[in-house]
Amino acid sequence: MSENVEKYIKRKVYKSTSSRITQRFVDAGLEKIRACINCGTCTGSCPSGRRTAYRTRSALRRALTGDESVLQDIDIWLCSTCYYCYERCPRDIPVTDMIIKLRNIAVEEGYILDSHFALANNIFYATGHGVPANGEANKRWRDLRESYGLPPLPPTVHSYPEAVKECQELMKAVGFRDLMDNAAKIKEERAKKEEKDKERQI
Amino acid sequence: MSEEYKWRYGFFLGCVIPNRYPMIEVSIRNVFDHLGAELLDLPGASCCPAPGVFRAFHIPTWLVIAARNISIAEELGVNPLTGCNGCYGTLRDAWYELEHEYELKKEVNKHLAKIGRNYKGNLEPKHVVQALYLDMGLDYLKDFIKLTFSDLKVAVHYGCHIVKPSDKRPWNGEYEDPRFLDEIVEITGAKSINYKDKYMCCGAGGAVRTAVKEVAADFTREKLVNMKDAGADIIVNCCPFCHLQLDLGQVEVNNIYGDIIGEPFHIPVIYITQLLGVAFGMDPNLLGLVKNHELQGVSPFISVDPFLKLVKEQLI
Repeated sequence: MSENVEKYIKRKVYKSTSSRITQRFVDAGLEKIRACINCGTCTGSCPSGRRTAYRTRSALRRALTGDESVLQDIDIWLCSTCYYCYERCPRDIPVTDMIIKLRNIAVEEGYILDSHFALANNIFYATGHGVPANGEANKRWRDLRESYGLPPLPPTVHSYPEAVKECQELMKAVGFRDLMDNAAKIKEERAKKEEKDKERQI
Repeated sequence: MSEEYKWRYGFFLGCVIPNRYPMIEVSIRNVFDHLGAELLDLPGASCCPAPGVFRAFHIPTWLVIAARNISIAEELGVNPLTGCNGCYGTLRDAWYELEHEYELKKEVNKHLAKIGRNYKGNLEPKHVVQALYLDMGLDYLKDFIKLTFSDLKVAVHYGCHIVKPSDKRPWNGEYEDPRFLDEIVEITGAKSINYKDKYMCCGAGGAVRTAVKEVAADFTREKLVNMKDAGADIIVNCCPFCHLQLDLGQVEVNNIYGDIIGEPFHIPVIYITQLLGVAFGMDPNLLGLVKNHELQGVSPFISVDPFLKLVKEQLI
């Protein structure tokens, strides 16, 4: 990247484009987003955009201009992180990493799908695996392992209960536990509010 | 290192390989042993954590858990080795980030100290295919080939994170048209066929499968149509999550998109070490290719018997 572009993207944020989200992008070291020339190479390279309403360019533009509604848009969860946009961006913006950061901010604001919340909270935090083989419901998978001559549980966290505790301790220390609890609280409050709004409409 | 082994790795299992597709685990263990590479277990390793899901929820959690996993291999003094593109993405990207950001490494080690661990970063995380192609090399592998296919058309599926982001991968920046996996496939006599959008994503990653299964299945539908049009006998891949999406995903595509695909798909999905193993003359039982049919509701969901039939016709 040329020195001028470097200078351009690191310039002071103009008031008109400043926003909570934009500022958080900057805080996260992702000020490169300001080098975006809106060319659409990301969208044109996106296999998800071929079949869904997800438009990479639009998501980034909305974030850049401080349109907070982008955080609650399910579209940002339809990126399969294939990294074509990252590779092909003519301005060297790490686009996929931006989408991931955008998702981090969405989760902080309590915008996380129920299926993702369950995966993070009930499975990953509880077992240390994203796809576990323990528990009664997964007996067939242990049988499958044994049918190939493997021990029913792999030598992972599944075989070392103290390792699960280690992971949980780390997740607490780094803020994952609080993040999940906070997301659950916001989701609940939002659901209650929606319920109330509905009643009012009736 | 014991005398008979030329290489030694710490086998990072991840989640999908041991817990959903253990036939891949069996084939990697036995093929690597056959090739003179010792695989050590990494006791107490966890989910990598998955780069599109858990990284997307909370980057600091992703980084610190990944560092813990790498530190287990460091204790044994071996490079972490994974057969999964997702785990590869996580371990390698985390390793790369911690290598370039000193402050981040300090922060991560502050947390790891609480559980009596330390991350050094002196051992590069590797992929099974990277070990085969770069550590051992094609010539070394060729010496083990005992039997070759005379007519097998393979649709090679790379997946995404084995090549991208390319600045953090060992393939000299190549991501648009890599050849290394095709070259490994072709030493078995099989032909790697060209098909439309060969390097396209399977659709499972990035939390998409968990978010909207139909969207993931639509990616897969497109890939399967292109593979079938090109006359693929089998699919060969190097990632268990792609493997799941192309195997279980075929059933889902047949159900969800049955009205637009015409004939249902039933293309066997084979992991790279399973293909190599049969060409090395290894027993299909050692490669997880023989299914116990008494077990219900388990992988593989698309029968690999048509592949075994070709093996018997052409190799034995």
